[in-house]
Amino acid sequence: MKKFETFTGIAAPMPLVNIDTDMIIPKQFLKTIKRSGLGVHAFDEMRFDRDGNENPDFILNKPAYRETSILVAGDNFGCGSSREHAPWALEDFGIKVVVSTSFADIFFNNCFKNGMLPIVLPQEQVDLLMADSEKGENARMTVDLEAQEITTSDGEVIKFDVDPFRKHCLLNGLDDIGLTLEKGDAIQAFEANAAQARPWV
Amino acid sequence: MSPKTLYDKIWDAHVAHEAEDGTCLLYIDRHLVHEVTSPQAFEGLRLAGRKVHAPDKTIAVPDHNVPTTPGRDNPDQMPEDSRIQVAALDTNAREFGVHYYPVNDVRQGIVHIVGPEQGWTLPGMTVVCGDSHTATHGAFGALAHGIGTSEVEHVLATQTLIQKKSKNMKVEITGKLSPGVTAKDIVLTIIGETGTGGGTGYVIEYCGEAIRDLSMEGRMTICNMAIEGGARAGLIAPDETTYAYVNGRPHAPKGAQWEAALAWWKTLYSDDDAHFDKVLTIRGEDIAPTVTWGTSPEDALPITATVPAPEDFTGGKVEAAKRALDYMGLTPGMKLTDIEIDTVFIGSCTNGRIEDLRAAAEVLKGKKVKDGMRAMVVPGSGLVRAQAEEEGLAEIFTEAGFEWRLAGCSMCLAMNPDQLSEGERCASTSNRNFEGRQGFKGRTHLVSPAMAAAAAVTGKLTDIRELQ
Repeated sequence: MKKFETFTGIAAPMPLVNIDTDMIIPKQFLKTIKRSGLGVHAFDEMRFDRDGNENPDFILNKPAYRETSILVAGDNFGCGSSREHAPWALEDFGIKVVVSTSFADIFFNNCFKNGMLPIVLPQEQVDLLMADSEKGENARMTVDLEAQEITTSDGEVIKFDVDPFRKHCLLNGLDDIGLTLEKGDAIQAFEANAAQARPWV
Repeated sequence: MSPKTLYDKIWDAHVAHEAEDGTCLLYIDRHLVHEVTSPQAFEGLRLAGRKVHAPDKTIAVPDHNVPTTPGRDNPDQMPEDSRIQVAALDTNAREFGVHYYPVNDVRQGIVHIVGPEQGWTLPGMTVVCGDSHTATHGAFGALAHGIGTSEVEHVLATQTLIQKKSKNMKVEITGKLSPGVTAKDIVLTIIGETGTGGGTGYVIEYCGEAIRDLSMEGRMTICNMAIEGGARAGLIAPDETTYAYVNGRPHAPKGAQWEAALAWWKTLYSDDDAHFDKVLTIRGEDIAPTVTWGTSPEDALPITATVPAPEDFTGGKVEAAKRALDYMGLTPGMKLTDIEIDTVFIGSCTNGRIEDLRAAAEVLKGKKVKDGMRAMVVPGSGLVRAQAEEEGLAEIFTEAGFEWRLAGCSMCLAMNPDQLSEGERCASTSNRNFEGRQGFKGRTHLVSPAMAAAAAVTGKLTDIRELQ
């Protein structure tokens, strides 16, 4: 996994609440056996008409937002299906950070597995960032994971919380499976005990 | 010892390692796998030269892509991308040596129906699958939840998941249900109350007399939709109903092992003084047959209600409601029972079990679907289908004008050819009414199997209690 490094990028406002993973990547694009190349289909049904023409009203199609790397989104972002194709599509599109008042559990987990950072903030701070992101190309925010800070285009600094283990993994680009396999002895010990306690499993 | 919830007890029994910051390695007893969310995970194993850690605890079945029409053993029936995905599962299952039910096996079906049916799912287990509706298995008092593909690979390689514990939430449904009210109506009512984010960060335990009175099929319907309320998992404590369902299934314990298992299962309940971080109580008598009007499962109302207006909501939901009304082509104030539908879908991991088909057939007996109605029943597994044929249900469906299909996920997510066309409006027993879920610009109203059958007959969303 790539290391998460401090960056400055364009933020786009997506105030709609309950943006689900079916919206982020519709099912017809799940018939792939690869992880890559899904960015062109991100938000497909909102972004394109049936003939594949861009919908000019969709935020990420507007000239100022074509290079977006931060989404400022409405509440409960990523709800619904567990499809990891959703963060794959966003990541491939260029999104590194999503900010919202809350995220659905599985989507939230999936982001960290793909070097992306979902940030939960209180309503007032999301509102402030939403307003900042309305400034189009002038809405360049800086996200510093090490310091746990977002700096708005006006220089205002907003602190955010992140789980220390997940932060460590993102900053160092660590592979979960490698880390867990280092604890192989603990897993084997558990299995030996469980075979005694619950042999029917 | 401090009192524990059911969730606490299952969690504690599965922690293989705990770090100082509370991050745990949770051991996984059953890993269910389907064709859509697993190919990248198996490929990851292959690239790293890793094996499946516990192939005996891993069960694979194709369900999302497979056609539900006769002759589907012929792979040419599938579009190329679907065919490749199903073939990849076929290869991966055999190469890595996991249990497998291929498409031509009578036991094939929707992964969340096959698991319990075959006795893979047992009380007190941890069960995961790369599918959000894994919550279904919570009906057995198993801690069960959906995971992403990276986590599928993690479980394949290590049989564990890196987890932090969720909070405890209790949803109690007291008293008795009124006639015509089913498990689906209970869970839609709950989500209507909590919203789709209300359970985020929690594991929900469903309890109370109305839950106890439900069959295993009904309990699975409730837990299946725990995810639609945002919860990591839903749980129902095992009891005699659970044991009776499990006993004798192919992979359930037998003899002395059954007795040992039963002794442990009987300890799986929330202690009297156990702490819940959030509690919701609903009177069973207050629940009516329930339908959704919008594009989120939280847009649930009693069938006797009218379509709401955006001004009825606050915050971000005002815009979301406007968008939903526009998408659904509905006008505020119109009666839900005036909404005309043209398609009926009975099936899915929410309502594709034998009891669901019985409930729908009961309504359809001696009746015909409305002229021009497209109606289909997709049994949840090959065994459900066979049983329904044996009980004469298939005949009732076909005589009423329903298509009688083979098992799969079908129009619940429309990855196979079973889809809504633009503007079509469906009464569906599935779990999600999201925009485009059942087909581009298709419109979905979530209902119980009996309500779906009633709608097929009248051509409108219908209060099952009024159908003669």
